[in-house]
Amino acid sequence: MKKRKKLSLPSKYILAILTFLCIALIVITYATAYTGNSLKTVTGYVIIPIQNGINEVGLWFSEKTDDLKSLKEVMKENEELQAQVDQLTIENSSLQQDKYELERLRELYRLDKEYKDYQTVGARIIGKEPGNWFHMFLIDKGSKDGIEVDMNVMAGSGLVGLVVDVSENSATVRSIIDDTSNVSSTVLSTSDNCIVKGNLKLMQDGVIQFTQLIDSDNNVKSGDKVITSSISDKFLPGILIGYISDINVNSNNLTKSGLITPVVDFEHLEEVLVILNKK
Amino acid sequence: MQRKIAVTFLIIVCYLLQTTLFQALSFANISPNLLIIVASCFGFMRGKKEGMYIGFFCGLIIDIFFGKLFGFYALIYMYIGYLNGFFHKLFFPEDIKLPILLITISDLVYNMMIFITMFLLRNRLDLPYYFIHVMLPEAIYTVLVTILIYRFISKLNQKLEEIEKRSASKFV
Repeated sequence: MKKRKKLSLPSKYILAILTFLCIALIVITYATAYTGNSLKTVTGYVIIPIQNGINEVGLWFSEKTDDLKSLKEVMKENEELQAQVDQLTIENSSLQQDKYELERLRELYRLDKEYKDYQTVGARIIGKEPGNWFHMFLIDKGSKDGIEVDMNVMAGSGLVGLVVDVSENSATVRSIIDDTSNVSSTVLSTSDNCIVKGNLKLMQDGVIQFTQLIDSDNNVKSGDKVITSSISDKFLPGILIGYISDINVNSNNLTKSGLITPVVDFEHLEEVLVILNKK
Repeated sequence: MQRKIAVTFLIIVCYLLQTTLFQALSFANISPNLLIIVASCFGFMRGKKEGMYIGFFCGLIIDIFFGKLFGFYALIYMYIGYLNGFFHKLFFPEDIKLPILLITISDLVYNMMIFITMFLLRNRLDLPYYFIHVMLPEAIYTVLVTILIYRFISKLNQKLEEIEKRSASKFV
Protein backbone atom coordinates (compact mmCIF):
# COMPACT_ATOMS: atom_id res chain seq x y z
CA MET A 1 0.00 0.00 0.00
CA LYS A 2 2.80 2.41 0.93
CA LYS A 3 4.66 1.84 -2.28
CA ARG A 4 1.58 2.73 -4.24
CA LYS A 5 1.14 6.01 -2.46
CA LYS A 6 4.67 7.09 -3.29
CA LEU A 7 4.09 6.44 -6.96
CA SER A 8 0.80 8.28 -7.28
CA LEU A 9 0.64 11.98 -8.07
CA PRO A 10 -1.04 14.48 -5.73
CA SER A 11 -4.67 14.91 -6.67
CA LYS A 12 -4.07 18.55 -7.62
CA TYR A 13 -1.90 17.53 -10.56
CA ILE A 14 -4.26 14.82 -11.71
CA LEU A 15 -7.08 17.36 -11.59
CA ALA A 16 -5.05 19.75 -13.71
CA ILE A 17 -4.23 17.00 -16.22
CA LEU A 18 -7.84 15.85 -16.50
CA THR A 19 -9.06 19.43 -16.78
CA PHE A 20 -6.65 20.00 -19.61
CA LEU A 21 -7.80 16.76 -21.24
CA CYS A 22 -11.47 17.76 -20.99
CA ILE A 23 -10.86 21.23 -22.38
CA ALA A 24 -8.78 19.75 -25.20
CA LEU A 25 -11.62 17.34 -26.00
CA ILE A 26 -14.17 20.16 -25.94
CA VAL A 27 -12.05 22.22 -28.33
CA ILE A 28 -11.46 19.23 -30.60
CA THR A 29 -15.13 18.30 -30.77
CA TYR A 30 -16.08 21.92 -31.33
CA ALA A 31 -13.62 22.24 -34.17
CA THR A 32 -14.06 18.86 -35.86
CA ALA A 33 -17.60 17.80 -34.90
CA TYR A 34 -16.26 14.49 -33.59
CA THR A 35 -18.67 13.14 -30.99
CA GLY A 36 -16.91 10.13 -29.55
CA ASN A 37 -18.54 7.69 -31.88
CA SER A 38 -16.12 4.82 -31.38
CA LEU A 39 -16.59 5.03 -27.60
CA LYS A 40 -20.31 5.17 -28.13
CA THR A 41 -20.32 1.99 -30.19
CA VAL A 42 -18.35 0.09 -27.56
CA THR A 43 -20.40 1.27 -24.59
CA GLY A 44 -23.55 1.00 -26.64
CA TYR A 45 -23.25 -2.76 -26.80
CA VAL A 46 -23.40 -2.93 -23.02
CA ILE A 47 -25.82 -0.18 -22.24
CA ILE A 48 -28.40 -0.10 -25.01
CA PRO A 49 -29.79 -3.63 -24.33
CA ILE A 50 -30.11 -2.88 -20.59
CA GLN A 51 -31.71 0.46 -21.39
CA ASN A 52 -34.20 -1.36 -23.57
CA GLY A 53 -35.08 -3.62 -20.66
CA ILE A 54 -35.32 -0.95 -17.99
CA ASN A 55 -37.42 1.14 -20.29
CA GLU A 56 -40.08 -1.54 -20.19
CA VAL A 57 -40.11 -1.27 -16.39
CA GLY A 58 -40.26 2.50 -16.59
CA LEU A 59 -43.16 2.31 -18.99
CA TRP A 60 -44.96 -0.04 -16.62
CA PHE A 61 -44.52 2.45 -13.77
CA SER A 62 -45.72 5.39 -15.80
CA GLU A 63 -48.70 3.38 -16.97
CA LYS A 64 -49.62 2.63 -13.37
CA THR A 65 -49.34 6.26 -12.32
CA ASP A 66 -51.34 7.23 -15.35
CA ASP A 67 -53.98 4.69 -14.38
CA LEU A 68 -54.36 6.27 -10.95
CA LYS A 69 -54.62 9.70 -12.46
CA SER A 70 -57.11 8.67 -15.06
CA LEU A 71 -59.40 7.06 -12.50
CA LYS A 72 -59.87 10.39 -10.82
CA GLU A 73 -60.11 12.37 -13.98
CA VAL A 74 -62.32 10.02 -15.88
CA MET A 75 -65.52 11.57 -14.60
CA LYS A 76 -64.40 15.05 -15.40
CA GLU A 77 -63.11 14.00 -18.75
CA ASN A 78 -66.36 12.34 -19.64
CA GLU A 79 -68.18 15.64 -19.34
CA GLU A 80 -65.54 17.41 -21.35
CA LEU A 81 -65.64 14.75 -24.01
CA GLN A 82 -69.36 15.08 -24.35
CA ALA A 83 -68.92 18.76 -25.04
CA GLN A 84 -66.15 17.88 -27.44
CA VAL A 85 -68.36 15.50 -29.38
CA ASP A 86 -70.76 18.33 -30.10
CA GLN A 87 -67.95 20.56 -31.13
CA LEU A 88 -66.40 17.87 -33.29
CA THR A 89 -69.56 17.28 -35.23
CA ILE A 90 -69.51 20.92 -36.19
CA GLU A 91 -65.82 20.72 -36.91
CA ASN A 92 -66.25 17.61 -38.97
CA SER A 93 -68.45 19.35 -41.44
CA SER A 94 -66.02 22.19 -41.77
CA LEU A 95 -63.22 19.68 -42.20
CA GLN A 96 -65.04 18.19 -45.15
CA GLN A 97 -64.73 21.56 -46.73
CA ASP A 98 -61.11 21.75 -45.72
CA LYS A 99 -60.46 18.49 -47.46
CA TYR A 100 -61.16 19.96 -50.84
CA GLU A 101 -59.05 22.93 -49.97
CA LEU A 102 -56.24 20.64 -48.88
CA GLU A 103 -56.31 18.73 -52.11
CA ARG A 104 -55.98 21.91 -54.02
CA LEU A 105 -53.16 23.13 -51.82
CA ARG A 106 -51.33 19.84 -52.08
CA GLU A 107 -51.34 20.13 -55.77
CA LEU A 108 -50.06 23.61 -55.37
CA TYR A 109 -47.19 22.57 -53.18
CA ARG A 110 -46.66 19.22 -54.82
CA LEU A 111 -46.58 17.76 -51.37
CA ASP A 112 -48.65 14.88 -52.50
CA LYS A 113 -45.91 13.26 -54.48
CA GLU A 114 -43.08 13.97 -52.09
CA TYR A 115 -44.86 12.94 -48.91
CA LYS A 116 -45.66 9.52 -50.29
CA ASP A 117 -42.13 8.86 -51.46
CA TYR A 118 -40.60 9.20 -48.01
CA GLN A 119 -39.18 5.94 -46.73
CA THR A 120 -39.64 5.61 -43.00
CA VAL A 121 -38.48 3.27 -40.29
CA GLY A 122 -40.16 2.95 -36.89
CA ALA A 123 -38.13 3.25 -33.69
CA ARG A 124 -38.74 3.12 -29.95
CA ILE A 125 -37.56 5.73 -27.50
CA ILE A 126 -35.32 4.00 -24.98
CA GLY A 127 -33.84 6.87 -22.99
CA LYS A 128 -34.10 10.59 -22.40
CA GLU A 129 -31.42 13.16 -21.82
CA PRO A 130 -30.36 13.11 -18.16
CA GLY A 131 -31.02 16.57 -16.79
CA ASN A 132 -33.77 19.02 -17.36
CA TRP A 133 -32.29 21.63 -19.68
CA PHE A 134 -32.63 20.01 -23.07
CA HIS A 135 -35.07 17.73 -24.81
CA MET A 136 -33.12 15.01 -26.54
CA PHE A 137 -33.78 11.31 -26.57
CA LEU A 138 -32.24 8.01 -27.60
CA ILE A 139 -33.92 5.64 -30.07
CA ASP A 140 -33.20 1.96 -30.55
CA LYS A 141 -32.29 2.15 -34.24
CA GLY A 142 -28.85 3.15 -35.45
CA SER A 143 -26.58 3.08 -38.45
CA LYS A 144 -27.27 -0.66 -38.77
CA ASP A 145 -30.83 0.21 -39.74
CA GLY A 146 -29.71 2.88 -42.16
CA ILE A 147 -30.12 5.90 -39.94
CA GLU A 148 -27.82 8.84 -40.56
CA VAL A 149 -27.22 12.23 -38.97
CA ASP A 150 -29.65 14.97 -40.10
CA MET A 151 -32.50 12.61 -40.85
CA ASN A 152 -35.95 13.91 -39.91
CA VAL A 153 -37.99 12.25 -37.20
CA MET A 154 -41.79 12.20 -37.15
CA ALA A 155 -44.50 10.83 -34.91
CA GLY A 156 -47.95 10.32 -36.31
CA SER A 157 -48.29 13.15 -38.80
CA GLY A 158 -46.09 15.75 -37.14
CA LEU A 159 -42.43 16.65 -36.98
CA VAL A 160 -40.59 15.53 -33.84
CA GLY A 161 -37.02 16.52 -34.54
CA LEU A 162 -33.71 15.74 -36.11
CA VAL A 163 -31.17 12.95 -35.68
CA VAL A 164 -28.05 14.65 -34.32
CA ASP A 165 -25.88 11.66 -33.54
CA VAL A 166 -25.77 8.03 -34.65
CA SER A 167 -23.99 4.97 -33.35
CA GLU A 168 -24.33 1.42 -34.56
CA ASN A 169 -27.42 0.45 -32.60
CA SER A 170 -28.80 3.74 -31.31
CA ALA A 171 -29.28 7.33 -32.36
CA THR A 172 -29.77 10.62 -30.53
CA VAL A 173 -32.68 12.80 -31.60
CA ARG A 174 -33.05 16.48 -30.77
CA SER A 175 -36.70 17.43 -30.66
CA ILE A 176 -38.04 20.68 -32.07
CA ILE A 177 -39.05 21.86 -28.58
CA ASP A 178 -35.43 21.72 -27.42
CA ASP A 179 -34.09 25.14 -26.52
CA THR A 180 -31.36 24.98 -29.16
CA SER A 181 -33.63 23.90 -32.01
CA ASN A 182 -34.51 26.17 -34.95
CA VAL A 183 -36.69 25.07 -37.86
CA SER A 184 -37.28 27.09 -40.99
CA SER A 185 -40.99 26.79 -41.71
CA THR A 186 -43.89 28.07 -43.74
CA VAL A 187 -47.45 29.05 -42.90
CA LEU A 188 -49.47 26.82 -45.21
CA SER A 189 -52.32 29.20 -45.98
CA THR A 190 -50.22 32.19 -47.02
CA SER A 191 -46.82 30.57 -47.65
CA ASP A 192 -45.09 33.14 -45.49
CA ASN A 193 -41.83 31.93 -44.01
CA CYS A 194 -40.94 31.99 -40.34
CA ILE A 195 -38.54 30.37 -37.88
CA VAL A 196 -39.87 27.90 -35.32
CA LYS A 197 -37.76 27.96 -32.18
CA GLY A 198 -37.80 25.65 -29.20
CA ASN A 199 -37.93 27.37 -25.86
CA LEU A 200 -37.40 25.85 -22.44
CA LYS A 201 -39.77 28.36 -20.86
CA LEU A 202 -42.62 27.37 -23.15
CA MET A 203 -41.87 23.65 -23.02
CA GLN A 204 -43.92 23.25 -19.84
CA ASP A 205 -46.98 24.74 -21.53
CA GLY A 206 -46.63 22.37 -24.47
CA VAL A 207 -46.18 25.12 -27.06
CA ILE A 208 -43.30 26.33 -29.20
CA GLN A 209 -42.40 29.75 -30.46
CA PHE A 210 -42.22 31.16 -33.97
CA THR A 211 -40.47 34.36 -34.96
CA GLN A 212 -39.58 36.49 -37.99
CA LEU A 213 -42.88 35.97 -39.73
CA ILE A 214 -43.32 38.63 -42.40
CA ASP A 215 -47.02 39.04 -42.96
CA SER A 216 -47.66 42.55 -44.18
CA ASP A 217 -51.18 41.74 -45.41
CA ASN A 218 -52.29 40.42 -42.00
CA ASN A 219 -53.54 37.20 -43.56
CA VAL A 220 -52.08 34.80 -41.03
CA LYS A 221 -54.50 34.01 -38.24
CA SER A 222 -54.48 31.65 -35.30
CA GLY A 223 -55.37 28.09 -36.28
CA ASP A 224 -53.29 28.20 -39.43
CA LYS A 225 -51.10 25.22 -40.20
CA VAL A 226 -47.35 25.55 -40.02
CA ILE A 227 -45.21 23.16 -42.09
CA THR A 228 -41.48 22.85 -42.68
CA SER A 229 -40.39 25.13 -45.48
CA SER A 230 -38.70 24.17 -48.69
CA ILE A 231 -35.77 26.50 -47.99
CA SER A 232 -34.69 24.59 -44.88
CA ASP A 233 -31.38 22.84 -45.42
CA LYS A 234 -32.00 19.92 -43.06
CA PHE A 235 -35.75 19.46 -42.80
CA LEU A 236 -37.71 17.96 -45.66
CA PRO A 237 -40.41 20.28 -47.00
CA GLY A 238 -44.05 19.91 -46.13
CA ILE A 239 -43.95 18.13 -42.77
CA LEU A 240 -46.62 19.42 -40.41
CA ILE A 241 -45.27 21.11 -37.27
CA GLY A 242 -48.41 22.45 -35.63
CA TYR A 243 -51.08 25.11 -35.52
CA ILE A 244 -50.64 28.77 -34.72
CA SER A 245 -52.26 29.55 -31.38
CA ASP A 246 -51.18 33.12 -30.81
CA ILE A 247 -49.76 35.94 -32.97
CA ASN A 248 -48.19 39.21 -31.90
CA VAL A 249 -46.69 42.01 -33.93
CA ASN A 250 -43.07 42.62 -32.97
CA SER A 251 -41.96 46.02 -31.74
CA ASN A 252 -40.27 46.71 -35.08
CA ASN A 253 -43.73 46.59 -36.75
CA LEU A 254 -42.32 44.52 -39.62
CA THR A 255 -42.29 40.98 -38.36
CA LYS A 256 -44.61 38.90 -36.24
CA SER A 257 -43.99 36.27 -33.64
CA GLY A 258 -46.15 34.01 -31.56
CA LEU A 259 -46.90 30.52 -30.37
CA ILE A 260 -47.51 27.21 -32.13
CA THR A 261 -49.26 24.20 -30.64
CA PRO A 262 -47.36 21.21 -32.00
CA VAL A 263 -49.33 18.24 -33.32
CA VAL A 264 -46.99 15.83 -31.56
CA ASP A 265 -47.54 15.09 -27.87
CA PHE A 266 -43.94 15.33 -26.65
CA GLU A 267 -44.87 14.37 -23.09
CA HIS A 268 -46.05 10.90 -24.02
CA LEU A 269 -43.83 10.11 -26.96
CA GLU A 270 -42.94 6.41 -27.12
CA GLU A 271 -42.53 5.51 -30.77
CA VAL A 272 -41.29 7.61 -33.65
CA LEU A 273 -40.78 7.31 -37.39
CA VAL A 274 -37.44 8.20 -38.90
CA ILE A 275 -37.56 9.38 -42.51
CA LEU A 276 -34.73 7.73 -44.37
CA ASN A 277 -34.73 10.31 -47.14
CA LYS A 278 -32.36 13.17 -46.56
CA LYS A 279 -32.54 16.63 -47.97
CA MET B 1 -10.31 -4.00 -7.69
CA GLN B 2 -13.62 -4.91 -6.08
CA ARG B 3 -14.17 -1.23 -5.47
CA LYS B 4 -13.58 -0.39 -9.10
CA ILE B 5 -16.04 -3.01 -10.29
CA ALA B 6 -18.66 -1.99 -7.74
CA VAL B 7 -18.37 1.71 -8.53
CA THR B 8 -18.45 1.14 -12.30
CA PHE B 9 -21.55 -0.92 -11.81
CA LEU B 10 -23.12 1.79 -9.62
CA ILE B 11 -22.40 4.52 -12.18
CA ILE B 12 -23.91 2.48 -15.03
CA VAL B 13 -26.99 1.59 -13.00
CA CYS B 14 -27.52 5.22 -11.96
CA TYR B 15 -27.09 6.43 -15.54
CA LEU B 16 -29.58 3.84 -16.78
CA LEU B 17 -32.12 4.69 -14.10
CA GLN B 18 -31.70 8.39 -14.73
CA THR B 19 -32.29 8.12 -18.47
CA THR B 20 -35.14 5.62 -18.34
CA LEU B 21 -37.08 5.03 -15.13
CA PHE B 22 -36.72 8.47 -13.57
CA GLN B 23 -37.54 10.21 -16.85
CA ALA B 24 -40.80 8.30 -16.80
CA LEU B 25 -41.36 9.26 -13.16
CA SER B 26 -40.66 12.94 -13.72
CA PHE B 27 -42.88 15.51 -12.05
CA ALA B 28 -43.69 18.54 -14.19
CA ASN B 29 -40.92 17.59 -16.63
CA ILE B 30 -38.33 17.58 -13.88
CA SER B 31 -36.34 14.47 -13.10
CA PRO B 32 -33.68 13.96 -10.42
CA ASN B 33 -29.95 13.83 -11.02
CA LEU B 34 -28.64 10.51 -9.72
CA LEU B 35 -25.15 10.87 -11.11
CA ILE B 36 -24.57 14.03 -9.12
CA ILE B 37 -25.48 12.05 -5.99
CA VAL B 38 -22.89 9.42 -6.85
CA ALA B 39 -20.14 11.90 -7.72
CA SER B 40 -20.81 14.04 -4.68
CA CYS B 41 -21.20 11.10 -2.24
CA PHE B 42 -17.91 9.51 -3.22
CA GLY B 43 -16.30 12.95 -3.05
CA PHE B 44 -17.04 13.46 0.62
CA MET B 45 -16.95 9.78 1.57
CA ARG B 46 -13.61 8.96 -0.03
CA GLY B 47 -11.79 12.22 -0.56
CA LYS B 48 -10.78 14.48 -3.39
CA LYS B 49 -8.99 12.03 -5.63
CA GLU B 50 -11.65 9.37 -5.78
CA GLY B 51 -14.43 11.98 -6.06
CA MET B 52 -12.58 13.45 -8.98
CA TYR B 53 -12.22 10.12 -10.82
CA ILE B 54 -15.80 9.05 -10.20
CA GLY B 55 -17.11 12.46 -11.19
CA PHE B 56 -15.08 12.30 -14.37
CA PHE B 57 -16.57 8.96 -15.37
CA CYS B 58 -20.11 10.02 -14.41
CA GLY B 59 -19.77 12.97 -16.76
CA LEU B 60 -18.09 10.91 -19.45
CA ILE B 61 -21.00 8.49 -19.73
CA ILE B 62 -23.36 11.43 -20.35
CA ASP B 63 -20.91 12.89 -22.85
CA ILE B 64 -20.77 9.61 -24.75
CA PHE B 65 -24.51 9.45 -25.30
CA PHE B 66 -25.83 12.99 -25.09
CA GLY B 67 -22.85 15.31 -25.18
CA LYS B 68 -22.90 18.27 -27.51
CA LEU B 69 -19.28 18.95 -26.72
CA PHE B 70 -17.34 15.86 -25.73
CA GLY B 71 -15.74 16.37 -22.32
CA PHE B 72 -18.05 19.13 -21.12
CA TYR B 73 -20.08 17.14 -18.62
CA ALA B 74 -16.98 15.20 -17.57
CA LEU B 75 -15.35 18.49 -16.65
CA ILE B 76 -18.27 19.72 -14.53
CA TYR B 77 -18.83 16.41 -12.74
CA MET B 78 -15.12 16.02 -12.10
CA TYR B 79 -14.90 19.39 -10.36
CA ILE B 80 -18.01 18.62 -8.32
CA GLY B 81 -16.49 15.34 -7.14
CA TYR B 82 -13.20 17.05 -6.38
CA LEU B 83 -14.69 19.98 -4.48
CA ASN B 84 -16.87 17.66 -2.41
CA GLY B 85 -13.65 15.93 -1.40
CA PHE B 86 -12.73 18.97 0.70
CA PHE B 87 -15.51 18.02 3.12
CA HIS B 88 -14.11 14.53 3.67
CA LYS B 89 -12.83 15.50 7.14
CA LEU B 90 -16.26 16.70 8.27
CA PHE B 91 -18.00 13.55 7.15
CA PHE B 92 -19.49 10.85 9.40
CA PRO B 93 -21.49 8.03 7.82
CA GLU B 94 -24.32 8.30 10.37
CA ASP B 95 -24.93 11.98 9.78
CA ILE B 96 -27.25 12.65 6.86
CA LYS B 97 -27.37 16.44 7.17
CA LEU B 98 -24.00 17.09 5.57
CA PRO B 99 -24.64 14.82 2.56
CA ILE B 100 -28.00 16.47 1.94
CA LEU B 101 -26.53 19.94 2.18
CA LEU B 102 -23.60 19.10 -0.06
CA ILE B 103 -25.70 17.33 -2.67
CA THR B 104 -28.15 20.23 -2.81
CA ILE B 105 -25.34 22.70 -3.32
CA SER B 106 -23.66 20.42 -5.87
CA ASP B 107 -26.82 20.09 -7.89
CA LEU B 108 -27.44 23.84 -7.85
CA VAL B 109 -23.84 24.57 -8.85
CA TYR B 110 -24.04 21.97 -11.63
CA ASN B 111 -27.22 23.46 -13.05
CA MET B 112 -25.85 26.96 -12.67
CA MET B 113 -22.82 25.94 -14.72
CA ILE B 114 -25.05 24.53 -17.45
CA PHE B 115 -27.19 27.65 -17.37
CA ILE B 116 -24.18 29.94 -17.72
CA THR B 117 -22.49 27.98 -20.49
CA MET B 118 -25.44 26.72 -22.52
CA PHE B 119 -28.13 29.35 -21.92
CA LEU B 120 -26.65 32.64 -20.76
CA LEU B 121 -24.21 32.62 -23.65
CA ARG B 122 -27.13 32.22 -26.06
CA ASN B 123 -28.79 35.34 -24.69
CA ARG B 124 -31.30 33.53 -22.44
CA LEU B 125 -30.98 35.89 -19.51
CA ASP B 126 -33.97 35.14 -17.31
CA LEU B 127 -32.12 33.53 -14.39
CA PRO B 128 -34.99 33.81 -11.84
CA TYR B 129 -37.33 31.89 -14.13
CA TYR B 130 -34.85 29.09 -14.79
CA PHE B 131 -33.90 29.00 -11.13
CA ILE B 132 -37.49 28.52 -9.98
CA HIS B 133 -38.63 26.22 -12.77
CA VAL B 134 -35.59 24.06 -13.40
CA MET B 135 -32.82 24.31 -10.83
CA LEU B 136 -34.82 24.41 -7.61
CA PRO B 137 -37.27 21.60 -8.44
CA GLU B 138 -34.42 19.41 -9.64
CA ALA B 139 -32.49 20.07 -6.42
CA ILE B 140 -35.53 19.22 -4.30
CA TYR B 141 -36.30 16.06 -6.24
CA THR B 142 -32.65 15.05 -6.10
CA VAL B 143 -32.60 15.52 -2.32
CA LEU B 144 -35.70 13.35 -1.96
CA VAL B 145 -34.01 10.62 -3.95
CA THR B 146 -30.83 11.13 -1.91
CA ILE B 147 -32.73 10.35 1.28
CA LEU B 148 -33.81 7.08 -0.31
CA ILE B 149 -30.52 5.93 -1.80
CA TYR B 150 -27.90 7.58 0.44
CA ARG B 151 -28.08 4.74 2.96
CA PHE B 152 -27.46 2.26 0.19
CA ILE B 153 -24.41 4.08 -1.15
CA SER B 154 -23.05 4.57 2.36
CA LYS B 155 -23.54 0.85 3.14
CA LEU B 156 -21.84 -0.10 -0.11
CA ASN B 157 -18.88 2.09 0.75
CA GLN B 158 -18.60 0.62 4.27
CA LYS B 159 -18.73 -2.92 2.88
CA LEU B 160 -15.99 -2.12 0.41
CA GLU B 161 -13.86 -0.53 3.11
CA GLU B 162 -14.26 -3.63 5.26
CA ILE B 163 -13.19 -5.88 2.41
CA GLU B 164 -10.20 -3.67 1.71
CA LYS B 165 -9.17 -3.68 5.37
CA ARG B 166 -9.40 -7.44 5.51
CA SER B 167 -7.32 -7.99 2.42
CA ALA B 168 -4.79 -5.37 3.54
CA SER B 169 -4.31 -7.05 6.91
CA LYS B 170 -3.81 -10.38 5.20
CA PHE B 171 -0.79 -9.12 3.35
CA VAL B 172 0.83 -7.50 6.41
